[in-house]
Amino acid sequence: MHLILFLLFAGFCLAGAINLLLQTHPINSALSLIVVMTSLAVLYLLLGAEFLAAAQIIVYSGAIMVLFVFVVMLLNAGREERTLGSRAARIVGLPAVVALLAVLATLILHIQGLGGAAISQGITTTEDLSRVLFHELLLPFEVTSVLILIAILGAVALARHGNGERPAAK
Amino acid sequence: MSFLHQEVPLAWYLLLSAALFSLGVVGFLLKRNLITVFMSIELMLNGVNLSFVTFAHQWHMHFLNTQSGPGADAVKGQIFVFFVMMVAAAEAAVGLAIIIAVFRARATLAVDRIDLMKL
Amino acid sequence: MQVSFLQFFLWSLLKVIVVTVVLLMAVAYTVLLERKLVGRIQNRWGPSRVGPFGLLQPLVDGAKNFLKEDLIPASVYKPLYLLAPLISLACALISIAVIPFGEPSAGPRHLDLFEISNVNIGLLVILGITSIGVYGIALAGWSSNNKYSLLGSLRSSAQLISYELALGLSLVGVVLRAGSLNLRVIVEQQAEKGIATWNIFGGLQFIAFFIYLMAAYAETNRAPFDLPEAESELTGGYHTEYSSMKFAMFFMAEYANMITVGCVATLLFLGGWTSPWGNLLGPVENNLVNALLSVFWFVAKVFCFLFLYVWVRGTLPRFRYDQLMNFGWRYLMPLAILNIVGTSLWLAYR
Repeated sequence: MHLILFLLFAGFCLAGAINLLLQTHPINSALSLIVVMTSLAVLYLLLGAEFLAAAQIIVYSGAIMVLFVFVVMLLNAGREERTLGSRAARIVGLPAVVALLAVLATLILHIQGLGGAAISQGITTTEDLSRVLFHELLLPFEVTSVLILIAILGAVALARHGNGERPAAK
Repeated sequence: MSFLHQEVPLAWYLLLSAALFSLGVVGFLLKRNLITVFMSIELMLNGVNLSFVTFAHQWHMHFLNTQSGPGADAVKGQIFVFFVMMVAAAEAAVGLAIIIAVFRARATLAVDRIDLMKL
Repeated sequence: MQVSFLQFFLWSLLKVIVVTVVLLMAVAYTVLLERKLVGRIQNRWGPSRVGPFGLLQPLVDGAKNFLKEDLIPASVYKPLYLLAPLISLACALISIAVIPFGEPSAGPRHLDLFEISNVNIGLLVILGITSIGVYGIALAGWSSNNKYSLLGSLRSSAQLISYELALGLSLVGVVLRAGSLNLRVIVEQQAEKGIATWNIFGGLQFIAFFIYLMAAYAETNRAPFDLPEAESELTGGYHTEYSSMKFAMFFMAEYANMITVGCVATLLFLGGWTSPWGNLLGPVENNLVNALLSVFWFVAKVFCFLFLYVWVRGTLPRFRYDQLMNFGWRYLMPLAILNIVGTSLWLAYR
């Protein structure tokens, strides 16, 4: 059962990621990324991370990607122009990526003592997660909230900047 | 029913995460649209998140089997992913605001045309 | 007694089919309820010709939508244009899967009869599915290639994102009180003294309930916050270009969302399937009567909530867009945060 679900959603993940690269219209790429993120949420669920699966859906698919789609709609971004791009990226970058993937794959296949995952095994409850988060890691958590506050202020400042000549508009 | 309890090696999850990360890098290098480039970065973040969750699961099973060491370590990988999500949300908000500002100034989203440091 | 996988699978399949059919019927009759009620509020009869009291009107409406010509405008972006109503309707229907609408373990062999699946993080699942539903509206407006649709869907996405925050924050008080995200646990914790321990009264969550109510109107695009489809300025909003069954799917999604929102309000604030006197009076001897009573209370509460929905629509005029955004960000959000702080203090020093 776990195997079937894993293969299915890993397949969705990879297909979505490849589709993201192949599509030329940003909104199609955004939709493929949503497929990737939602299937990742299912994989998190398979690995027993309930809360993260929900957070993945709410934060990534439901908030961040909505922002992306919103911006694509707002700017009415058209099809991507096919240019060759930088030569350095093609000559050095792509072989480097292939090499990186090869190294990572060999490393992963050589790890000793890596277990397996089966259905309904090692489920982390939200209580366990929050106990550690709000006791041991309270300071990082609070710092994150400050970070988000700064990000909100920065986003507002950046978005208002272009409107300097028409202060009446929102 | 054997297929109900069949195990999937965690190495497969790690391979998937490596593949997603590499695809993200490829997209970052090849895509010519600012928004899509940004999406590739999100894809890389997601690939890394998957490996964090996988390792957290390994720790969790280790803890359940041996009952040794602090149990808190078993969930720290997941908490790290939680932090990555928060940072990604902040990053998306600021990044998209920058994209809107760039688009207002230059009326294009093609990365080849945005080659000056000032707007 | 253990149940085998096959039994569990068949049982779940049966529940899914029954619940979906019942939900779709409920959607159809909610439309009728709204037309009847709004009719009476506006001093007219509402549909009364088809069947006794117009009771067959939903079936006729459905048949009409099936038989209408299915237009696909020439300039739409076809894949997304076809996908959008599907996303909308699917997301509206899926969330019913985690909603318990009767007492637990009522089925044979202690299987859950009144809930498709009992999830530990039920509340988060509902929030997640609701947040995916935005795509249906956003993509519909964008792919229609029409200025009214685009404006409607931009308004709607902005409105949904803004009010989702207030909605989520208003639920935190309830979760703090129950200490769980499981909907069954949240309901059972309110059952102790009946109406006195419901979250809206005894749990001191009436501010949260008010915020939830406002945010829910905005989330489901209903009056007084139905800006995305404001007829007078946007002709039809995001579904201007849709006809026939595709329009009907958006329509059904809207009403299914109303029902889901009503169910969640019932579960979180109004004591779910428990009776107004809760555990004060013991249960009746007969198990069947108990089970049916629990479903009766749940349906009655959801009906009251839907009645309130329609009543508000019949009473209040539509807000302006800037008023809507101001209200959400300047009043509801701070109020929701204050409610969280207040609830935490009350829980800590009680």
